[in-house]
Amino acid sequence: MTNRTIRIWTLIHKWTSLICTVFMLLLCLTGLPLIFHDEIEALTEEDNLPPMPADTPLKSLDDAVASALATYPGERPLFLSFDVDRPVVNVTTGPGARPPVSQMHISAIDLRTTRILADLNDDQGFMHVMLRLHVDMFAGLPGELFLGFMGFLLFLATLSGVVIYAPFMRKLSFGTVRAGRSRRLKWLDLHNMLGIVTLMWVVVVGLTGVINTLSVPLVAYWRANELAAMIAPYQGKPVPERLASVDAAVRTAMEAAPGMRPQFVAFPGVRFSSNHHYAVWLKGATPATSRILTPALIDAETGAFTDMRSMPWYMLALRLSQPLHFGDYGGLPMKILWAVLDVLTIVILGSGLYLWVARRRGAQDQAGAAHSLRAVAGEAAE
Amino acid sequence: MKPRTRRPLMAIFAIPTAIALVTTAGLVTALLDDGLVDAVSWAALSVPVLAAAWCWRRRER
Repeated sequence: MTNRTIRIWTLIHKWTSLICTVFMLLLCLTGLPLIFHDEIEALTEEDNLPPMPADTPLKSLDDAVASALATYPGERPLFLSFDVDRPVVNVTTGPGARPPVSQMHISAIDLRTTRILADLNDDQGFMHVMLRLHVDMFAGLPGELFLGFMGFLLFLATLSGVVIYAPFMRKLSFGTVRAGRSRRLKWLDLHNMLGIVTLMWVVVVGLTGVINTLSVPLVAYWRANELAAMIAPYQGKPVPERLASVDAAVRTAMEAAPGMRPQFVAFPGVRFSSNHHYAVWLKGATPATSRILTPALIDAETGAFTDMRSMPWYMLALRLSQPLHFGDYGGLPMKILWAVLDVLTIVILGSGLYLWVARRRGAQDQAGAAHSLRAVAGEAAE
Repeated sequence: MKPRTRRPLMAIFAIPTAIALVTTAGLVTALLDDGLVDAVSWAALSVPVLAAAWCWRRRER
């Protein structure tokens, strides 16, 4: 690499990092409790499922929806999702087909009694604040896309960091940390060492985070293209006045896809369905296939099966980006490793910021300039 | 420790590439199955953390 190439990559590293660092620190700090949100929520909410004989018959899904609507009169059902290991469904209702999340109500309903176990409308607790700061900084879709762009800058910063890692390490063996000389040199070596060992984790968590920020436009694109093709004969039909049985719709979908299990049902008109259909989102029965969802469309007026198609590649990418970003797919040990790597990333961000400040200070009195990023890079390139 | 000569790119990136590959394997395996495969993933994702700890332990004072 010539001196000039190194200078250019150094500049890319400096500016992409400077722009995104503050936001990345916010994301790393708010992300830390979010890794453990299941555990934290389990501490604050006790399991209030009353004990009943194991063979207690279950009520129908329609009864569960009716129970939720009785609690929130005037609202309409939007989503129904299935608890993994309990006879519980979560019914989301709202005043319109696509209300803002703040106007939605989620009720956890015991399918044996259709009694509401809990309302899951958490919109003020500590975890909710962490989540909103992490997802969109309370700024809605623009905030989400902005953080996505910051994630992309992080990717560029990481990439340029790898490029300029080479000239730094020309005369050093892997993992050298010169802690005995200046404080600057110690943090420079730590920054380089931590950056290179966490490289792949940072890239994967960063890029999957970026993909997650594109969720709203990707789903809108899917709805306008793939979904529109599936429901072409129904185009322009309004949302039905009276809905057919959701229980029967789920059964019809499961018959069409043997071996798959329902994950959630999207009611007519919502983002994840057409205006005229129940979309029953089915998942595979094995750990690997359970991550891939397939929507079966059931006519919400007649209950007839309409179509079922596997998801296009960008929706699969969106789906797989969730576990890879959250680190929630390998038990508690994986979450702990996620947290440690998150803390190491905070150290990388902090040390990078420190090195920039120290260099600016050093450049003023010339004394510290010997170890400056550009000086070291230049010296190594000779 | 300082090697006297300048190291070629292959040498500079050998260990980082190995760590990156192991990390990737750890990230992917846990997606495929539960149970034993999760333990493989934990072992693999420990590698970057242990590498960082090892470098810190043998720092030049």
